[in-house]
Amino acid sequence: MTTETHVAQTPRPLPDWAWHVGVGLFVVLWYAVYKQLIPFSEWLVSMLPVERTSHTGEALAFFFYDTPKVMMLLTLIVFFMGVVRSYFSPEKTRALLSGKRVGMGNVLSASLGIVTPFCSCSAVPLFIGFVSAGVPLGVTFSFLIAAPMVNEVALILLFGMLGWQVAALYLFFGLMIAIVAGIVIGMLHLEGWLQDWVQKIHSGVGDVAGLEDEKRTMVDRYRLGIDAVKEIFGKVWMWIIAGIALGALIHGYVPQDTMVAIMGADAWWSVPVAVLMGVPMYTNAAGVIPIVEALLGKGAALGTVLAFMMAVIALSAPEMIILKQVLKLRLIAVFAGVVASGILAVGFLFNAIF
Amino acid sequence: MEIRVLGAGCAKCKATYALFEQVIAAKGLNVKLIKVEDMAVIISYGIMSTPGVLVDNKLVMVGTVPTRQQIENWLIDT
Repeated sequence: MTTETHVAQTPRPLPDWAWHVGVGLFVVLWYAVYKQLIPFSEWLVSMLPVERTSHTGEALAFFFYDTPKVMMLLTLIVFFMGVVRSYFSPEKTRALLSGKRVGMGNVLSASLGIVTPFCSCSAVPLFIGFVSAGVPLGVTFSFLIAAPMVNEVALILLFGMLGWQVAALYLFFGLMIAIVAGIVIGMLHLEGWLQDWVQKIHSGVGDVAGLEDEKRTMVDRYRLGIDAVKEIFGKVWMWIIAGIALGALIHGYVPQDTMVAIMGADAWWSVPVAVLMGVPMYTNAAGVIPIVEALLGKGAALGTVLAFMMAVIALSAPEMIILKQVLKLRLIAVFAGVVASGILAVGFLFNAIF
Repeated sequence: MEIRVLGAGCAKCKATYALFEQVIAAKGLNVKLIKVEDMAVIISYGIMSTPGVLVDNKLVMVGTVPTRQQIENWLIDT
């Protein structure tokens, strides 16, 4: 007996204008709520039986303010980045980069690395796709370094929480490292250090499959933005909470003097230590920003903190393991070495200037 | 009919494969579902992001998890 009713089969799709209005309303509402976060967090702490100026009070205020703030910023950034990214694809990026020379190619490739959708699990097909299309190895590396290093979520969170200056410095030096490291790797002519099966792939093997994605409507792009938000909250929210909690502990309990002694500008060794500590730490970019905020607030030097943040984001062990499929160990070591040197240079430079 | 899901171990690839399994089971369709995890083979299809979906050797989707509706359309139309 089949008495299954098909009532909710195809819900009538919303008209386009409703989507545009909905997105507009969301932004307005978002802004109104965002403005209330400080009073809200202060009120919340005042309701608790702790002294506002105590260590615990400071830590709780930091936590209650930063959690909704980071979550709200993330929702907005990830949604709009999802929309922006729908205009880019690895296939289009590859077409733009093939046949580009070293130099300009590296600049273009690093810049495209910021906006092209990329996940480290796709690093292998992407790498092969680039190399087989005649994109020079150094230009490919500029992309592979910039994609995780200049993280748009980190960029906008820095902008929202620490001001445009820090965000601009991060963007500029992140791009510089990706460009220079790519040029250096290109000059070393390490094509022989690719895995053997990769060397056997000749141009043309990985011809771009003709899949047209030009037919996307604006509503489709909004949907992709919403999917991106869902994914972030489904997967990385606990990293973020952990990052904020750690930031709150630093903010509430670590004495200023101790922080200045360990991570201040006078402690030259703090930069390499920060980089070494950052490599095994694997977290989402969004999780590291609250820690950065707390460290800076306690008097840690900007160069040291930026070096730590870049090492956490750009040098991740899981990505290296994935790249092992296409690169011989020697080439992975060169890749990590060049990027780490770039991060060290940025750290020292900043500490010397500021 | 033959469906190939291309992708080695990423979360989106697993989700895509699982969704195909569900739809095929729910509709009781006679479809051959194949998981392709060999990187050299995946690349030979010319895709640069995973997952990829092939319906009877024709590439229909790259880089995103399809919706249930899309899967139903592919399975029923062809």
